[in-house]
Amino acid sequence: MSFLDAPRVVTSRFEHEDSHTLSRFVSTGGYDGLRRALTMTPEEVAAQVDASGIIGRGGAGFPTGRKWSMLRPAPVRYLVINGDESEPATFKDHALVTRDPNQLVEGALIAAYAVQATQVFLYVRGEFALGLERVQAALNDAYRQGAVGRDIFGSGFSVDAIVHPGAGAYICGDETALLESLEGKRGFPRVKPPYYPAVTGLYREPTIVNNVETVSSLPWIINHGGAAFAALGAPTSTGTRVFALAGDVMRPGNYEIELSKPTFRDLIFAPELGGGLRPGRSLKAIVPGGTSAFWIGPDRLDLHLDQKAVADAGTMLGSGSVVVMDDTQCMVRAAWRISRFYRRESCGQCTPCREGSGWVENILRRIEAGSGHEDDLGVLLDICDNISPEVSWPSKWPPQQTTICPLGPSIPPAVVSSIGMFRDEYMVHIKDGGCPFD
Amino acid sequence: MAGAPLTDTRDYQRPEAAPDADAVTINVDGRPVQARKGELLIAAAERAGTYIPRFCYHPRMKPVGMCRMCLVEVKGPRGFALQPACFVPVEEGQEVLTQSDKVRKAQDGVLEFLLVNHPLDCPVCDKGGECPLQDQTISFGPGESRFLEEKRHFEKPIAISELVYLDRERCIQCSRCTRFADELAGDPLIDFIGRGDQLEVNTYPDAPFASYFSGNTVQICPVGALTASPYRFRARPWDLEQVESTCTTCAVGCVVSVQSSANRITRYLGIDSDPVNQSWMCDRGRFDFEAVNSEDRLSQPLIRRDGQLVPTTWGDALSRAAAGIEEVRKLHGPAAVAVLGGARLANEDAYAWAKLAKAVIGTDSVDAQMGDGLPAELVLALPQATIDEACGADAVILLGPDLKEELPVLHLRLRQAAVERKLPIIEITQTATGMTRHAAVSLIHRPGEAASVVRALTDPSGAASSDVAGVPGPSLAAARDVLAGVARVVVVLGRPSLAESAAAPARAAVALATAFPQARFLSALRRGNVRGALDMGLAPGVLPGRVGLNQGRDWFGRAWGQVPPERGLDASGILDASADGRVQALVLLGANPIEDFPDRRRAEQGLDGAGFIVAVDGFLTESSQKADVVLPAALYSERPGTTTNLEGRITRLGQKVVPPGVAWPDWMIAVELGVRLGSDLEMDTLAEIRDEIEALAVSHRGITEELLNTAAARDGIVAPLGRATSEPAPAAIDPMSDPGIGAVEHHGVKATAPEPGARRRLVTRPEGQPPALLSLPDAEGGSGSGDPAPPDAYSLRLVAGRKLYDGAVSVRHSPSLAGLAAPAGIRVNPYDLDRLGLHSGDRVRISAPRGSFVLPAAADPGVPRGSAWMPFSQPDGGASRLIDSAESVTDVRLETVQGEG
Repeated sequence: MSFLDAPRVVTSRFEHEDSHTLSRFVSTGGYDGLRRALTMTPEEVAAQVDASGIIGRGGAGFPTGRKWSMLRPAPVRYLVINGDESEPATFKDHALVTRDPNQLVEGALIAAYAVQATQVFLYVRGEFALGLERVQAALNDAYRQGAVGRDIFGSGFSVDAIVHPGAGAYICGDETALLESLEGKRGFPRVKPPYYPAVTGLYREPTIVNNVETVSSLPWIINHGGAAFAALGAPTSTGTRVFALAGDVMRPGNYEIELSKPTFRDLIFAPELGGGLRPGRSLKAIVPGGTSAFWIGPDRLDLHLDQKAVADAGTMLGSGSVVVMDDTQCMVRAAWRISRFYRRESCGQCTPCREGSGWVENILRRIEAGSGHEDDLGVLLDICDNISPEVSWPSKWPPQQTTICPLGPSIPPAVVSSIGMFRDEYMVHIKDGGCPFD
Repeated sequence: MAGAPLTDTRDYQRPEAAPDADAVTINVDGRPVQARKGELLIAAAERAGTYIPRFCYHPRMKPVGMCRMCLVEVKGPRGFALQPACFVPVEEGQEVLTQSDKVRKAQDGVLEFLLVNHPLDCPVCDKGGECPLQDQTISFGPGESRFLEEKRHFEKPIAISELVYLDRERCIQCSRCTRFADELAGDPLIDFIGRGDQLEVNTYPDAPFASYFSGNTVQICPVGALTASPYRFRARPWDLEQVESTCTTCAVGCVVSVQSSANRITRYLGIDSDPVNQSWMCDRGRFDFEAVNSEDRLSQPLIRRDGQLVPTTWGDALSRAAAGIEEVRKLHGPAAVAVLGGARLANEDAYAWAKLAKAVIGTDSVDAQMGDGLPAELVLALPQATIDEACGADAVILLGPDLKEELPVLHLRLRQAAVERKLPIIEITQTATGMTRHAAVSLIHRPGEAASVVRALTDPSGAASSDVAGVPGPSLAAARDVLAGVARVVVVLGRPSLAESAAAPARAAVALATAFPQARFLSALRRGNVRGALDMGLAPGVLPGRVGLNQGRDWFGRAWGQVPPERGLDASGILDASADGRVQALVLLGANPIEDFPDRRRAEQGLDGAGFIVAVDGFLTESSQKADVVLPAALYSERPGTTTNLEGRITRLGQKVVPPGVAWPDWMIAVELGVRLGSDLEMDTLAEIRDEIEALAVSHRGITEELLNTAAARDGIVAPLGRATSEPAPAAIDPMSDPGIGAVEHHGVKATAPEPGARRRLVTRPEGQPPALLSLPDAEGGSGSGDPAPPDAYSLRLVAGRKLYDGAVSVRHSPSLAGLAAPAGIRVNPYDLDRLGLHSGDRVRISAPRGSFVLPAAADPGVPRGSAWMPFSQPDGGASRLIDSAESVTDVRLETVQGEG
């Protein structure tokens, strides 16, 4: 059986124009998972999720079942759904929020029941205007259906949920910055320790923060059993995943495919998926898991889409974004554009990220503009080392950091990868005093 | 590198705590280090001699782990990892590397990052030479810059308040200032704006950083981003000299460093004295050194000749003063001589003047308080509390002025206890104060009726559920609940309002002492060394050492030769007696009764009626310019000595500059005057005075020169000995913001003890039983209601309090502070304003039997219905013109003013 035949766990309704409506949702098994979960004990629900082996789809790749098991017992517990997807070229949560908001609500309520949350917050990126509207509508519908609020579906379980729009900062996708933001404070990530929101989270209460795609998977997992999900993929990466394929491919878009079995080559070149490069182009580099991932070259096309395999290769599947760059792309410009993003989105709290992000961006912009020096590359790599100690090429995963949160170590990968893979291209910029792609 | 950075000869070590159950052992660079559970790694390492560089960490604030300068390697489950030492608590067996290659690289990297956008304008930066960024760059940073880009630019500097300038280019975003303003001062007026490398500290639009504590942010800023206008471009740190001293602006007694250059005071910095100011100061105390430097200071003696005060010599002035006093004493008896003031003097001055007045002149009409305090015997008799005891109490009852205005650092300490350890504060007050937000219950009552509130509060039946003195029954019930069953109660006791007589709070205090026999009292009397002056006997009815005149008569009679035969007059009595001729000669000891006595007219009449006035002062004030002889006195920072704070804590005054002209310390003036009055006070040095105090003042027994010189006396000595021992607070000192120009000269601490017998002890302790310390008199003041009749329907009952920036001499002569004194106005409950047909902002005529004047009115819901609040003494007027101190309360009427500007 081809990986293309695997069931679609979270995008099954995407083929319908009205996938976001309650009527479509209910007519295609909506709330079945929640109803079923409510017949089980919370521990049984959690056990199914644990058995599914699902790892968080936000980017950090932490096993969801284990995260839940760390929740500190307390009278007040919060569940926060992280829908602040803001990584460049990552757009899978955007689709899930916009196209199947009811499924997101249902999944959130299954999670709320499993962890016995007393309040659910759906934190959705503020720029998702349509998505926010639809999630709010879905939540309102859920209240009307008795799927949320007091005594859900007559089960005796009660929980309320609200939608909270983000205010436009990438950093609020970091779970602790998100919690600060929810508390009405400046979106500064929290300094560790305490290490886990499951112990000390929102308003210092135990809190589970789960990604949109993760909770959107829960209805399927409860309907089909954790074992069925675990049967997909491989033990190191179970189930399916939505890959946001972008860049120089014929068919960019969101593709939900089974994990682990296919390779990057399959994703990019399969006619049902990326459909290959444009005619006459050759592959230069792939950003495999969001802009904070180290790049891979054409030599790694046969790497499997598996969390462990990719980590062993020195990078990450991360946010599920895959950006393909062909031979028309300037690698210096690509690195500069990525570094510009981090400069603008650094929260400014800690020194290495606040100052390092701008410095890196300045140097890359200068090189791209033709005013680079040979020494710049060494300085760039050393700045990266001061943000993420022992960062190197070939890359290693996971990275270390001198910063408070992972935004810091997100800065070096593009710089280190581009210099590691395309030093010659940098030298052309420096020697010729300009960009050869201009 | 261990120990090398920031070489500092100061003795940060305080006595080590005894080993406790919370002790853990960690391993720092292969060395075992003892620490306490929960302690932060950075503090534990520092105490063991390993300095970990830092910028954002401050031992008096919560850590934030932002600057990343203190990254060290800590071993965790996955091996060693870089962790901020300011954020990681120690754990048993923890392994830490502070010197590894990885740590050095990280620290070097952080410093480079901090420097890339730093303007490096050190040659024109006030911080240059005492800058933690400079110092730590040299110790831990890169040797040269690799930064070729354009640096970040901001307009520089911008004034964020009248006192503080902000240079955002120099800022390293450590948030020390914003955290101080929010967490400690409770004035969250500065915060971060923007993000990333555009992150900047700034104020909110249209809201300046108008905090009474803003100077602290300048002191703790690790770079030159924050500067204070009184010091900007005045000196370079390496040209400064400094000495440890005590701020005497108010009675909190903050331990400070006095810094000078070329015999001008340039700056005061707070020193971390754990039981007192914990390194903080208020802005008035920090910046009123400008008055000491003022050109208006008296620099030579003056005598009145043909109606004019003209300069003369000390000999001439002293002879004139002595002759005037002697003549009155001969003609009218010693009781016709009176001494007003003394709360601004050092302890030794106060003792010398008490001895001069009581033993040489023979008058007991001596009062260091200007009628704006509380009866001396009551203050001295109440069981005293320390600030730490108040902050650590089960409940605090606050019966006094608005601490934020009058004793700001005490406010800071109590506020912190209320916020951090939820100390319940019950406020018995006449209007909302700076503490109201943090108080568990605020009992806002009618002026003059505090005792009734206390009786209702402490009523054992607890039945009273109706309103008392304007306080709603439920508030009283809530306060009773707070106090139910608590063991350690501390009463902070001062003078709540100058528009009511001192009898009201005194009655309330006695009632509290009766209801809570275990309660201790912390004085909230405001003036610098008022406690020391009272301890030294500068009040009627008392003698040095907290003993009553009658109880101490034999003891001091034997030691001094004589004591006054009967109790003298207090300030109020002295001014009345002076007005009607019973007092003929008046000595003003740094006293300005016209400005400070609650009833201005009475003060003026008293001074006008005095036949002969000697003023000892630093300035010519409204009062001292009426004198016949004016003797110039040295002020704080111009003379050594000791002072006593509101806890009864004796600390040192350091001399850093020479007094202007020929001004003398007050004790010398007393000694010289004594000689001319035919009596040698037998005091040639401060040490001799201290010996005599130790020998004769029972409360000061054992507090010797030698004891004050020990390192254990760093935080002062609370009299009497054994009353309070300060908890050792090792390493709670921020070497980055503690006065940063090398070693502070600790006056006395490094002095070598004199050879035994080298100093002659002039006074031997008399034989026999020393007198007992004053104890609480029978609660006679507690009986009877004593409440004034309610005001008539057309009147409002006045509440008068001081503002931090008021018409005081030290504010007026400090250019940076003078402009901060808010204009006078009257604040009224919106209901009353409406009832009287007035609007907020209207100019109204305020009339009392004493007089009337026009001021703007403002609506203030913090003022209860039926009351009105006015500042006591602002430069443009105040309540002292309305108050009749013979009345128990002051009622005023308000009416609109038509067509008056």
